[in-house]
Amino acid sequence: MRKRGKGLSSIGYITGFFGGGDPNQAQIGLKMDGTFNLMMGTVDIGQGCKTALSQIAAEELDVPVEAITYTNSDTDIAPFCMGAFASRATFIGGNAILNACRDLKRKMKEFVGALWGVKAENLVVADNQIFLKDDPQKKMSMGELGAASTFGGGYLTGLGAYRPDGPFQVDPVTGAMPALCAASFATTVVEVEVDTETGGVEVIRSTQAYEIGKAISPLMCRGQINGGVAMGIGMALTESVYPYWPSGDLAVDNFGDYVLATAADMPEENRFAILEVPHPDGPYGAKGFSEMGANAMIPAITSAIHDAIGVWITEFPTTPELVLRALADKKK
Amino acid sequence: MTKYVGKPIPRYDGIGHVTGATAYVDDINMPGMLYAKVLRSPVHKGVMKRIDVSGAENLPGVAAVVTAKDVPGKNRYYNDEQPVFVEDHIRYRGERIAAVAAVDEDTAMEALEKIKIEIEEQPPVFDPFEAMKPAAPKVRPQGNLWIFNSGESRVVTKGDVEKGFAESDEIVERTYTEKMNDMAAIEPHVAVAYTDASDRLLIHTVSQARHFHLGHLCPIFNLPLSKICLVGGTVGGGFGGKNEVQTEHVAGLLALKLRKPVKYRLTRQEVLQCTTKRGAFYFEYKSGVKKNGKVMAYKIRAVHDIGAYNTMGAYAVEKHSFYIVGPYDVPHVRYDGYAVFTNKPVSSSMRGFSTINVNYAHEVQMDLMAEAIGMDPWEIRFINAWREGDIAPNQWKVVAAGLIETLKKTAELEGVKLPPHLLAMSSQRR
Repeated sequence: MRKRGKGLSSIGYITGFFGGGDPNQAQIGLKMDGTFNLMMGTVDIGQGCKTALSQIAAEELDVPVEAITYTNSDTDIAPFCMGAFASRATFIGGNAILNACRDLKRKMKEFVGALWGVKAENLVVADNQIFLKDDPQKKMSMGELGAASTFGGGYLTGLGAYRPDGPFQVDPVTGAMPALCAASFATTVVEVEVDTETGGVEVIRSTQAYEIGKAISPLMCRGQINGGVAMGIGMALTESVYPYWPSGDLAVDNFGDYVLATAADMPEENRFAILEVPHPDGPYGAKGFSEMGANAMIPAITSAIHDAIGVWITEFPTTPELVLRALADKKK
Repeated sequence: MTKYVGKPIPRYDGIGHVTGATAYVDDINMPGMLYAKVLRSPVHKGVMKRIDVSGAENLPGVAAVVTAKDVPGKNRYYNDEQPVFVEDHIRYRGERIAAVAAVDEDTAMEALEKIKIEIEEQPPVFDPFEAMKPAAPKVRPQGNLWIFNSGESRVVTKGDVEKGFAESDEIVERTYTEKMNDMAAIEPHVAVAYTDASDRLLIHTVSQARHFHLGHLCPIFNLPLSKICLVGGTVGGGFGGKNEVQTEHVAGLLALKLRKPVKYRLTRQEVLQCTTKRGAFYFEYKSGVKKNGKVMAYKIRAVHDIGAYNTMGAYAVEKHSFYIVGPYDVPHVRYDGYAVFTNKPVSSSMRGFSTINVNYAHEVQMDLMAEAIGMDPWEIRFINAWREGDIAPNQWKVVAAGLIETLKKTAELEGVKLPPHLLAMSSQRR
């Protein structure tokens, strides 16, 4: 018999490494044609940091996003990045970029101020150009500025860094570790169908809301959430290196044994909303959230299985074997 | 208004990814490039008494064989405990013993079979609960428990749990288990290393954290940062599995020795069996709740199977403390988290690192508490959700709280009719 059930879960998720103290650096230089080289140590592991971090640079400089080259190819040119992990790249890397862009704008104004014989504070960098605040017709495009600085013997480049406070020593008595970049939140409802004959569980629908401060790059956010749904399903139902843990029998040696969720396992209906409660320290209010897509799925699936068949199975992956054993125990 | 932030800008390198134009590390082929393979420990625990690599060295097509004694700098990394190559003690099946560079992978594999090793096998311990017993075989000489600054367990205390339980109407107890996972990126670990005309070591890497890795690699190679460059930046999936050095040291050591390009790539089997995992977790949760839905107290014991070496296993137990009772305001909390060594691969970061398992436990616990007092699962979450300025068990203050808003939005999308007193709630005020 196939039985349906629904489950609910709510979670929070933290940004960054060890509650703080994990720095990033950024460098952005104006090229001779008015485009920019954004040099970052942050690696694109598929999360889309090249896209999101380029958007932050384009926004802060008010230049087209296409004018930003994200350069992270080697550690000779890439300034320090603690790592593309802990959902930290947008929050910490993004803040480093904001600081670098502000440094670059200051240097642009100083360079043009000297060129025109005006005070730097009377200049504005906006709309892909630099112009006089009181006389916007007195202006220079980024292309003209790139050429003027390069061939005028200058190099307009902005440097920036960012480190959340910390690292903090954990208090040995209370466990207090007061620092943290930001927290994002999610609520998930899933509906599952449990086959009481085979023990198989299928996720039919999911409905979710994510509060992430600011969706810098909405398409990348959607990708992360969709990926998280698949990974949450995989971890909840099939993925295990040691299916009989704590036994040391290592059963897996390929993806036939270590079963990941694929497109076929995605819920037919997968709806979600992105909400924004801006964080005061986040770039444009953004919080880290990339990894959390998987988190809320797992307890929601457990809860939905309970709703469907009336038993709590609190180990995952919740394999067909566990479901059938739980049903057999219930009968006893 | 923003012009670019918040706009659905297409992925920077998306076209290349979907058309197959993106070049990954395994796409690199260089003239004269050699291929590396690694001999790994066939036993879970033991002492290597003898190793003879001459048979491999003499095989036609083999350029070099390296073992622990060929490492120019330190053979240890991560707390100076984890060896690049086994020196004598073996702590898990799959530890590196020796590496071969040859003209092709088949020859390198054949060479591995010609390496003679003599290992005195010892009884391993896999079960962390067994490993915690005083008489258990020792995974490492210092004992099987990682020692935190609070002692054998990471302790988090807030309020007085016994008082909290006494003030509760219902007590709920449950255990939660998460078995070991692999990060399972589509791109297996691979490195291509070579020395350039200025005698610098260049390594193409799939690292998620190159500067972190440089900190490990420089002491191994005994090179300053000026002599080594990690090339990469576009990775075929990481999910936490590429936060630790798996191939770069092997390829680099062989390239330095031979002054030739060396590619070292893991098979899927090696990735699954020998690289870092998300170690298994076991939790004992006890919580108390009042009939009005207010969660009063949590007492939690966590046991994390961190495998044979500590890289991020103990940190995982520390990181739990942010969300050990979920995004909820709970006045009384006691948490004891243990990081236990076993003869298994190393536990490290993975998808939702060290929050995913506590999220699981506290959420099922919330449902069980709702069931115990006969309350709707939505309502108990609204009642206890963090508000702005609430203090987490580890004394972290909540800024920009937003849980209640996600509850309301999900209910709306799901067509769940919430009562007015819940809809009137906000994360910004109590």
